[in-house]
Amino acid sequence: MPVIKSIEELEKIREQAKDMINLRVDNETKTRIVVGMGTCGIAAGARAVMLAILDELKKRNIDNVIVTETGCIGLCQYEPLVDVIQPGKPKVTYVNMTPEKAREVVVKHIINNQVVDEYVVPNV
Amino acid sequence: MEIYRAHVLVCKGTGCTASGSEAVLDAFEKEIEKKGLSKEVKVVQTGCLGLCELGPNVLIYPEGSYYCTVKPEDVPEIVEEHLLKGRIVERLLYKEPDTKERFRSLMDIDFYKKQKRIALRHCGLINPEIIEEYIANDGYAALAKALTQMKPQEVIDEIKKSGLRGRGGGGFPTGNKWQFAANAEGDIKYVVCNADEGDPGAFMDRSVLEGDPHTILEAMEIAGYAIGASEGYIYVRAEYPIAVKRLEIAIEQARNHGLLGENILGTGFNFDIFLRLGSGAFVCGEETALLASVEGRRGEPRPRPPFPANKGLWGKPTIINNVETFANVPEIILKGADWFSSIGSEKSKGTKVFAVGGKINHTGLVEIPMGTPLREVIYDICGGIANNKKFKAVQTGGPSGGCLPASLLDMPIEYDTLVQAGSMMGSGGMIVMDEDNCMVDIAKFFLTFTQEESCGKCPPCRIGTKRMLEILERITNGEGREGDIELLENLANSVKASALCGLGQTAPNPVLSTIRYFRDEYEAHIRDKKCPAGACKALIHYEVVPEKCKSCGVCAKVCPAGAISGERKQPYKIDTDKCIKCNSCFDRCPFDAIVKI
Repeated sequence: MPVIKSIEELEKIREQAKDMINLRVDNETKTRIVVGMGTCGIAAGARAVMLAILDELKKRNIDNVIVTETGCIGLCQYEPLVDVIQPGKPKVTYVNMTPEKAREVVVKHIINNQVVDEYVVPNV
Repeated sequence: MEIYRAHVLVCKGTGCTASGSEAVLDAFEKEIEKKGLSKEVKVVQTGCLGLCELGPNVLIYPEGSYYCTVKPEDVPEIVEEHLLKGRIVERLLYKEPDTKERFRSLMDIDFYKKQKRIALRHCGLINPEIIEEYIANDGYAALAKALTQMKPQEVIDEIKKSGLRGRGGGGFPTGNKWQFAANAEGDIKYVVCNADEGDPGAFMDRSVLEGDPHTILEAMEIAGYAIGASEGYIYVRAEYPIAVKRLEIAIEQARNHGLLGENILGTGFNFDIFLRLGSGAFVCGEETALLASVEGRRGEPRPRPPFPANKGLWGKPTIINNVETFANVPEIILKGADWFSSIGSEKSKGTKVFAVGGKINHTGLVEIPMGTPLREVIYDICGGIANNKKFKAVQTGGPSGGCLPASLLDMPIEYDTLVQAGSMMGSGGMIVMDEDNCMVDIAKFFLTFTQEESCGKCPPCRIGTKRMLEILERITNGEGREGDIELLENLANSVKASALCGLGQTAPNPVLSTIRYFRDEYEAHIRDKKCPAGACKALIHYEVVPEKCKSCGVCAKVCPAGAISGERKQPYKIDTDKCIKCNSCFDRCPFDAIVKI
């Protein structure tokens, strides 16, 4: 961090620094992406999916999204599962995720607010 | 900047450091590295979270899961289950003492729900050694606002309007103090921060310094701007090594980034801050003694006036405020005086931090709005009296305060109500006592402290406290005489009226308040030679109740003095000449067959 010479510079640094603590405040109002990380999920490649999501969020500078994990919910054959939960909206569950599909979900669902219908959970 | 999906906050306040949080922090870093999660999960050290008794404390975001008493052995499980698989480790979560209910999020816990954190707003939330985390939380925004949008007099007016009063003990209106110094003639003025927290059991100032050191720097700069000073001193105890280290780091960072020094934020305002370490003399918390110590002289108070606002450090106009007082300043400048004065009660605005200790379930740090009843702090926030004992008294204000009985539990906590009741706000120590505490013994304990810490400059304090202590010792040894209570009261009132500084003027408070509310205990000691609480060793002896004794022999085994003997099927006997009254047999008897008389 450089020497801060003016109020404007201080404000600029504040904006940048907000990312550092963002995760600790106002978590109720943020969108959550939940990756299934039970044994089944991990075996099906959930780690790579999670890393792809984090990478895509970072690339696009999105900081108001929480990425978290959950255990097995019983749909093991459809793993890796990814839930997108936006405040005030019903939960959307995506199945058989791959890193590529996950990146697509971040772009279409998180940024453009379009549910990616072809990946959502079928009526089982 | 990396985006992390989880933050692991490990408390590195003094309490948790003492219970081993350093090892827990290391274990997290190693385990997260081992599992290849370093790029996703960030480990952060923070200041005090408040529930020191349950340390080491760990907080994991985004869930806000609050894990207590975490040991290094627990870390692999937390990393594997929580951070990798997303399953919260229930067994380590905080649990409510009465209901045993476990909570998944910090803010659902009674201990936190009823608190209002202003002075402690960043403690346990940010890493105190990283200036960016402070800046991200509106750090130095109040300074920027004051320097660019407010005139010095407007800053003082805002503080006056907020109703902020000194949090170090006296409760003097902070804005007025600043006004006096601003009005005082002189081209050189100083800002001093009193961080010489000396009350036994009080640690709120330490927690602010450890958890949020930049707040103090920012507030001192604002004060400097308001009164026209360009230098500040923080007088902190050398016994607070973590606080000293974090202050040094913070000052270094602020200087490197142009937030201390010359032409701050391009406004032309110059200010720098220096540390001075105290060596633990209680009297150095008194402002004139503190100033003498900063100057390198012997820490002794002097008569006032002149007040430091006119003649302070090196004879120059000086404002001296306590750590917690300063911690409120940036928030008042940012959010406005009206916001601050809307919190608290009619005559006491804002919040107060208390270090709650003694016979209580949750020992720790709580910040509550002024005017909250004592009962709410003791029972609702701190979980009530430990071991199902009965509440007897609460001591507020440290050794300078008084003991308040159960009948005053519903009294609101305010500067003036506490003084009327014979105690004081003090710096915010709160020690809870149960039925096993003897009030005469408690008065003796606090007076022993103040008597030892008396600097000896003025006779009322030097001799008066000594004589009072002698009388109390006599009473607790069973040698009290008729008239001792009146003599104590007489002495106490004289010392109170004639001592030079706050130390002597308040030292008799524990004695006077215990006489006022627990006179019967004094009388029992003097007339019946009995200690009703069973705490004064000279007045009790132990006996075996023959009907209850099952001759198991446990008491004889634990007795370190060999004072207990007996045979099978015969009740045991205690030889009172050999007995050293260590209480071991009383504690260990499985049949409650040993009594204190």
